[in-house]
Amino acid sequence: MIWIVSHLYLIPALPLLAAVILAVTPARFRRSAAALSIGAMALSFALAVAALTVSLGGGPDGGVFREWHNFDWFQLGDSWVRLGWVMDPLAGVMIVMVTLVAALVMIYSVGYMAHDGNLVKFFCYLSLFTAAMLGLVIANSLLLLFICWEVMGFASYILIGFWFHKPAAAAAAKKAFLVTRIGDLGLLLGMLWLYSATGTLLFYDAGSAGCLQFGALGKLLGPAGLGTMTIATAIALLIFVGAIGKSGQLPLHVWLPDAMEGPTPVSALIHAATMVAAGVFLVARVFPVFDASAVLARAYGDLSPYAALSPALIVVAWTGAITAVFAALVAVAQNDIKRILAYSTVSQLGYMFMGLGLGGIEVGLFHLITHAFFKSLLFLGAGSVIHGCHEQQDIRWMGGLRRFMPVTFATYAVGMMALSGVPLFFSGFWSKDEIMHAAMRWEISIGPFCLGIFGAFLTAFYMTRQMCQVFAGKYRGAGATDDHSHHHAEMPHESPSVMTIPLIALASIAVLLSVVGTPMWPWFHHYLVGQPEQGLGPSDGHGSALFVMVLTSLIAVVAIWLGWRLFGARPSASPADPDPLQQMIPRLWRVLAGKFNIDEFYAATFVRLNAAAAHACDWFDRYIWDTFVQAASRFTVLLASLNRLIDEFVINLGFDDGCFSLRESGKWFSLVQNGQVQRYLRIIALALTFLVLIFIWGLRG
Amino acid sequence: MNEWPIITLLTFTPLAGAVMIAGLDPQRPRLARGLGLTFTFLALALTGLLIARFNPAAPDLQFIERHAWIPSIGAEYFVGIDGVSLLLVVLTALLVPFSLLASRISDASARLFVALVLLLQTALFGAFTALNFFHWFLFWELSLVPAFFLIKLWGGPQRSAAAVQFFLYTFLGSVTLLLAMLAVFAATGTMDFIELARISRSQNLATLLSAKLAWAGLPARSLAMIVFLGALLGFAVKVPLMPFHTWLPLTYAEAPTPVTMLLTGAMSKMGVYGFLRILLPIFPEQMRAALTPLLWLAVLTIVASALAAIVQRDLKRMLAYSSINHLGYCLLGLFATMQVTGPDPAWTGERVAALSGVLLQMFHHGLTAAALFCLVGLIEQRSGGLRGLDDFGGLRKVAPVFCGLMGVSVFASLGLPGLNGFIGEFLIFKGTFGLVKWAAVISTFGLFATAVFLLTFMQRVWSGPLNERWQGFPDLTLRERLLVLPATALMFVLGFFPQLVIQLINATVMRIAEQLGS
Repeated sequence: MIWIVSHLYLIPALPLLAAVILAVTPARFRRSAAALSIGAMALSFALAVAALTVSLGGGPDGGVFREWHNFDWFQLGDSWVRLGWVMDPLAGVMIVMVTLVAALVMIYSVGYMAHDGNLVKFFCYLSLFTAAMLGLVIANSLLLLFICWEVMGFASYILIGFWFHKPAAAAAAKKAFLVTRIGDLGLLLGMLWLYSATGTLLFYDAGSAGCLQFGALGKLLGPAGLGTMTIATAIALLIFVGAIGKSGQLPLHVWLPDAMEGPTPVSALIHAATMVAAGVFLVARVFPVFDASAVLARAYGDLSPYAALSPALIVVAWTGAITAVFAALVAVAQNDIKRILAYSTVSQLGYMFMGLGLGGIEVGLFHLITHAFFKSLLFLGAGSVIHGCHEQQDIRWMGGLRRFMPVTFATYAVGMMALSGVPLFFSGFWSKDEIMHAAMRWEISIGPFCLGIFGAFLTAFYMTRQMCQVFAGKYRGAGATDDHSHHHAEMPHESPSVMTIPLIALASIAVLLSVVGTPMWPWFHHYLVGQPEQGLGPSDGHGSALFVMVLTSLIAVVAIWLGWRLFGARPSASPADPDPLQQMIPRLWRVLAGKFNIDEFYAATFVRLNAAAAHACDWFDRYIWDTFVQAASRFTVLLASLNRLIDEFVINLGFDDGCFSLRESGKWFSLVQNGQVQRYLRIIALALTFLVLIFIWGLRG
Repeated sequence: MNEWPIITLLTFTPLAGAVMIAGLDPQRPRLARGLGLTFTFLALALTGLLIARFNPAAPDLQFIERHAWIPSIGAEYFVGIDGVSLLLVVLTALLVPFSLLASRISDASARLFVALVLLLQTALFGAFTALNFFHWFLFWELSLVPAFFLIKLWGGPQRSAAAVQFFLYTFLGSVTLLLAMLAVFAATGTMDFIELARISRSQNLATLLSAKLAWAGLPARSLAMIVFLGALLGFAVKVPLMPFHTWLPLTYAEAPTPVTMLLTGAMSKMGVYGFLRILLPIFPEQMRAALTPLLWLAVLTIVASALAAIVQRDLKRMLAYSSINHLGYCLLGLFATMQVTGPDPAWTGERVAALSGVLLQMFHHGLTAAALFCLVGLIEQRSGGLRGLDDFGGLRKVAPVFCGLMGVSVFASLGLPGLNGFIGEFLIFKGTFGLVKWAAVISTFGLFATAVFLLTFMQRVWSGPLNERWQGFPDLTLRERLLVLPATALMFVLGFFPQLVIQLINATVMRIAEQLGS
């Protein structure tokens, strides 16, 4: 086996090692901590690139490169539970993306967190997180993936609550953990079902025995006992619940905007580029399970549109499409620079799921990769803005920053254009275009296509709004008003180069990535899933591809123009001015600004229900069970005294012995009330010993 | 049998220590403590020897010692160890020194305290190794005596009520268990667990019972069921299975911290052990007949206790409910293995998973819960007796190491992978899901509720702005760090290398799983 494949574990092990060392490093070694984390990440990045290079050649017979290494973990009866790692294109693109983004975010953090007293711990947690994420993407076992998935959730929890003294941060951390745990339980059940149905959790194993391989998938096509659903569909839907939780899709998206309470580099790395995309990656990794029902239908020659896609994938597509539009709508009416981006992330993750459901792994994953770069760019840019504006996050208090922060402005503009789908030179355009193209060719419904187009319009619109509010017009914070003059006295400033260089790097990647996934040169496709089969590749229907390209370009241009008319042409002069859109559609605005009141809805229903159930259990315990116990003991006392009246001293039959002990305990209990426990307890202890002997001798006779 | 009697030696080492300490001058508490620790570490060393000489590949009992005692009534001195017993002996041997080190009693009463803890250890060792009912029951009951006095004399303000409730409840359970086992003895003529299990596999226990004990013309099935329920009650109270748990929150909350550590860490395992050693092998028919209600009770235990923990304001009560919840998973796994299935070896695989999970869960819960109670005890010590959920806030700022070590235990308890709690729960759920899907699915709600109260605890006590009152809250001292570190380290080690424990139990688990399936 190739060296890099048999040593692939080093890629997560290096940051893990860094985390372990930093966990016991005193807080004063700030520079060494940063150097260690960044160094480990750079090494991992180098290894990841080497691994990717190895896999570029593809596998035998034109398929994709895929090699794995499994090892024993622990014994279970006469077999072993095994874990392992796998190197294939899916893992390859992910490890390169994660290590690169993580390294850049860490470099940026040196500047952003310069004044934080807990820098060593910050790098420790970031390294732990990255190790878990890298472990997740190379895992060759759903169990190992789940383990990393949970550890990653823990790292996210602890990083959201990094500024633990802020009550909002502590609450957001808890909320994030709990909401994603709901999803995780779905994933756990899906995993258990997959385990009991196939007997293995290894994805790939020798002799096609892995649960994603031909031998095992056949076992998943029986009925699940829920209507006409197959086991594969049921498992896929349960796994998807996990993906929904982690990737902030409806209805479990509520934690992600709150997670913005964490430091901005955390938001960039975890809540934009990597962890939230893990749900998408998960679906891509176990795609054969999602697709199994359709494979069966095709094998039986059923060519109806519904048979061509598995029910699970239809659910994935619709969930993604609805979330994409929902979150984009909310993003239009937010004023916190990070929350706008957070809702945007939710929306873009929706696009990724749409891509997976409609077009397959390569479509969803391409958007995952491009989004990771341009969204972490946007978050880091937002962090630079916040840093420059002295911790101000409200875009109404910004404005005119392009003059104060030229580098941040330029790079942010690149990110904004990539996200908005400005044609040709930006990666986001191409990846979104592929999703829309797949949506147009979907035979089941035109719905996702329409939703996707509408979402694309909204995306370009809210990003233009944000750009205008932040960078155009005149500066509205600081000295412009006197409300908070004493600590906003200084004007905004550009961030140090340790922060701007990562921005420039990410902006370059956001542009450069566009070359690998165009319809003219679909390299990404071929690398990820091998050479296209006949009639299924992007070569199919150049005409429709062109139509979609023109349509999405037009949509983006119109939305940007509209946004500019509303927000850029007449920039608001003071933070107190109502939003132009608010004036136009006040009612709708209220709904959007209130995020459709989903948090309030949950608080009024599920949270309250949970609290009520908890109180009911406690109440039951204190009053019902305990009353029952009290009653039973009173009854025992009563029985004992009755028994004493009837039968004073005869102790020879088993039944009487039982009563004797009952009576004793009853008598004792009543004496306890008089406070003479100790004396009588000794008698009881003695009596017990004798009782045993008496029982046995009695039975013998 | 021609080996030297290592189990007897182990069992009576703490007792010898207790006797020695009882003869000490009460004015020398440090000596009593030192001597007590010496004996528990001696017991730990003997346990190490036991592990070293244990053959993990053999599924059957090892180190057997067997001596006639009262032959006419079937009483024998009969001890031996298989993987299950060994695991619990190791757990006990680890927890008792941990608990003694965590105790801070330094006045004249220390002598009695240490002696009682050692007596409790002997009782636990005895109960986990005995293979004859007579002999086992003596140790089982013996354990109540030191526990009662430890709660009664060193407990919190409501210690009297707690001690009485604890004693009464478990005592009542013991009586019904004793009566049930006497009925079994009358029917079979033996008290030997191994022999009883064999009889129960080859003959019908219900027929034997009705042949010997024709009570009021009850049909054989009903009679056997009554006997079974009597035995069940004894263990259901001990574990506890809801609704026989109401003694537990009060007892755990009022008992002094070192004793709570032993109650939850080791004594609660006696109940689960009883299920494994007595109920499952001897009453399989009756278990199966009552399986659905039993599964419901286990699910209720898991879900309701986790929910009740959410609203507790006293940290020790919260952890007490959490203990009920964790042992509920053990019962769920055990009950699931009794599900009637076909002879397909895949079912045996699910049983092996569930049983391995139960054993790991017992060990890991013992470790984690003891550490958590110990840490709450340290909080209480610093706050002058306060341990309410809302009494603190922001402590992480002044006590980061404390928070970190407590966080490890909290997340181990929550089942975070990489720490010890995960594997046990995962395997229990795997086995249960394969055997009884609905029970596993409903029980996942317990996993969620556990996260709710543990994270609420982390949020209220450790995060947020620092409560000004605790400005001077000291972080863990070096001595306290050294006290908690071994447990914390073990959580990581066993989380990464569960094989360390599984290799000891695997052969035994396979044997039990096959016997249950047949």
